[in-house]
Amino acid sequence: MPFGNTHNLLKMNYSAEQEYPDLSQHNNHMAKIITPEMYADLRDKQTPSGFTLDDVIQTGVDNPGHPFIMTVGCVAGDEETYEVFKDLLDPVIEDRHGGYKPTDKHKTDLNPDNLQGGDDLDPNYVLSSRVRTGRSIRGFCLPPHCTRGERRGIESLSVEALGALDGDLKGKYYALKDMTEEEQQQLIDDHFLFDKPVSPLLLASGMARDWPDARGIWHNDNKTFLVWVNEEDHLRVISMQKGGNMKEVFNRFCTGLTKIESLFKEKGHEFMWNEHLGYVLTCPSNLGTGLRGGVHVKLPNVSKHEKFGEILKRLRLQKRGTGGVDTAAVGGVFDISNADRLGFSEVDLVQMVVDGVKLLIEMEKRLEAGQSIDDLMPEQK
Amino acid sequence: MNTRCSVRGGKRCSGVIYESSVVQCRCFRARKGGGSASLFCWEKGIHTSAAFRCILTNSTICPFFTWRVLFWFCRITMAGSFARILSSKRKVGILSLVGAGSLTVGFFMNREQHVSAGAHVRRIYPPSAEYPDLRKHNNCMASHMTPAIYAKLCDKSTPNGYTLDEAIQTGVDNPGHPFIKTVGMVAGDEESYEVFADIFNPVIKERHNGYHPCTMKHPTDLDSSKIRGGQFDDKYVLSSRVRTGRSIRGLSLPPACTRAERREVERVVVDALGGLRGDLTGKYFSLTQLTDQEQQQLIDDHFLFDKPVSPLLTCAGMARDWPDARGIWHNNEKTFLVWINEEDHTRVISMEKGGNMKRVFERFCRGLQEVERLIQEKGWEFMWNERLGYILTCPSNLGTGLRAGVHVTLPRLSKDPRFSKILDNLRLQKRGTGGVDTAAVGNTFDISNLDRLGQSEVQLVQTVIDGVAYLIECEKRLEKGQDIKIPAPISQFK
Repeated sequence: MPFGNTHNLLKMNYSAEQEYPDLSQHNNHMAKIITPEMYADLRDKQTPSGFTLDDVIQTGVDNPGHPFIMTVGCVAGDEETYEVFKDLLDPVIEDRHGGYKPTDKHKTDLNPDNLQGGDDLDPNYVLSSRVRTGRSIRGFCLPPHCTRGERRGIESLSVEALGALDGDLKGKYYALKDMTEEEQQQLIDDHFLFDKPVSPLLLASGMARDWPDARGIWHNDNKTFLVWVNEEDHLRVISMQKGGNMKEVFNRFCTGLTKIESLFKEKGHEFMWNEHLGYVLTCPSNLGTGLRGGVHVKLPNVSKHEKFGEILKRLRLQKRGTGGVDTAAVGGVFDISNADRLGFSEVDLVQMVVDGVKLLIEMEKRLEAGQSIDDLMPEQK
Repeated sequence: MNTRCSVRGGKRCSGVIYESSVVQCRCFRARKGGGSASLFCWEKGIHTSAAFRCILTNSTICPFFTWRVLFWFCRITMAGSFARILSSKRKVGILSLVGAGSLTVGFFMNREQHVSAGAHVRRIYPPSAEYPDLRKHNNCMASHMTPAIYAKLCDKSTPNGYTLDEAIQTGVDNPGHPFIKTVGMVAGDEESYEVFADIFNPVIKERHNGYHPCTMKHPTDLDSSKIRGGQFDDKYVLSSRVRTGRSIRGLSLPPACTRAERREVERVVVDALGGLRGDLTGKYFSLTQLTDQEQQQLIDDHFLFDKPVSPLLTCAGMARDWPDARGIWHNNEKTFLVWINEEDHTRVISMEKGGNMKRVFERFCRGLQEVERLIQEKGWEFMWNERLGYILTCPSNLGTGLRAGVHVTLPRLSKDPRFSKILDNLRLQKRGTGGVDTAAVGNTFDISNLDRLGQSEVQLVQTVIDGVAYLIECEKRLEKGQDIKIPAPISQFK
């Protein structure tokens, strides 16, 4: 039980009002939802592993806002967090995931044949395609809360399961502790490796403890299928390649994921999943599919268009810089991906990306030729 | 103190009064710490089964002192009906408050932290699976931690619930520092130094150059009239400064404190500082209300503390809830400052431009003693014991917690290859003018005492004064083209 919040009993000596955080400068989902009454109700509760309300919200208290996106401001320490603190997390989930109700059911669809098109995105514009998701191993605490022993347990289970992959998915595990500086920097530059944790969003929740113990990256020999171990989630599974063949990327993604799941099941472990929240991950923003499918695409003209934000919103897409979530775009190249995670299946989301990027490229070509794009404006999806 | 224990079915025992005025045996509280039947009495400095925890001040004390504690509580909260009941010593009144709530309170206060009815228990690993990987580490904690010590302490906690893993987290997360060998662990409360003594003691011994916490005693001396010299040439010494820290007994330290505790520290200290008079009259600036310009000005003047970016501090959890309940108090002349809730409950600083270290220390002692008096008037005191002196968050600041230093320009001496050795022998250390994590700029250095524990405040400041005088002497000799000598090393424990 890390960090100074977990001795919850000490706090009970003080009133809820005395303990209530000052959220007057804050702008994140947690700060919008939480009230002193809610805090008073939930503060004496713990999950079976000892995760408390203050553990959930600490990152939101310490990080009032983010320049580019509205952050969630809370995390889960284990699967039960979503149950024990549902009074807080259900409204946060609803707010974050476009009105997803506590009674809604989430559809999972990992059949790549259901994706239409996607193999023909113009490679002159689309530099690379990528689909990622996360998985958590049931029975273990999540990164904000896990002990060193648990984290190592997750690592060894994962490495064992991944070691059994074969064919074009056959690969090798690189523990962060044993990597040389050059190997590590090369992987970061290739967009393969995860960042050294510098984002205060992650640091404040305790996910970077004991770095780089039990963290590592597994990838196949082609470097088209990667698994991150113990970063923001137990596992992050990524399929990627240069160019615009999103269909192939998604195909490999689904095949690999399904194989990994069955390998875990053979060892007597399963992923955290339920029919309301789908796949359970650390950050409430990644519930459901946990899927972010996107491309690095050149859109120097469209991105300067006054309606760029509106277009993305209607297509249910989001933009990021090519360095990842905390970065800005460089040289007109944007990371365009689905904005949703929950309430849509994997196939639905990748379909949105494929269709949306096609449209954006068409708009880009029009603007290059000096033509208008008004007739191309999409409807709200 | 013999009152009826609500849990042991009416037996008379020396119990603990909880806030809801439920009386229960201390055996229930003690069990949480791993089965130890005795607690450490801070008044007598011994382990005794007669000691128990006073929930009101959070310190463990012998029953002999109970009533004194309870009367402090009464003075603070005269309006409370609880206080009225106690002060009238009506046993009937106490027992009448023991109602249906007592059993649930008792259950609540004492349940194991990781089990709730019907649910699975947290996955438990043996200590060897939890042991941190310290092979690439170079800090005091890593130098002394062993699997055996870890196994012995890993499932213990202080009465507040602070654990070993929390104490060492900063050392695990920060393998080393470019300029100094860091300590690599912190205390979450006063009891940490006791509960985790097996690791704290060797770390303290290494960090404080051989001071043995188990056998040696630390002297405290704030009589500034004993200082000789201490008025330096302004041509060399740009500014003089003395700082220390103080912790409020009964409240957890910054790595572990709750928001309410932190706000309580702020309230207690600001209230006391409001009573300072004369040249010490001043004003409090809460960090939550400072404008950006005010804040930047204070940083540039070396008055304010940094926004927490050092991973040494952030990994220990000291930056939680920033900037809630943090602030700076200073007198109108800005020569006496108190930081609230940065790395310690309070940091007290006396400083001024120029080389009059004697006056700086005089004001330091006067202000510190006055603050202590004002806090005691309200029933609070500083954390202190005769083994470790003043208790602070970082073991490196135990004892006096005192760093007395000057910003001094030494263009020739600093380039002399003997500079480091001279400093070593004088028991001084150099830093950059930006503070502990910075390098020197130009030829100006921050020169201060190396030691904190085992010598008194007066002794340490005298060491600095004598040492800086010697450095300036060397600089002058080099100016004239004369040679300098490395001084004989001065003895450490006087």
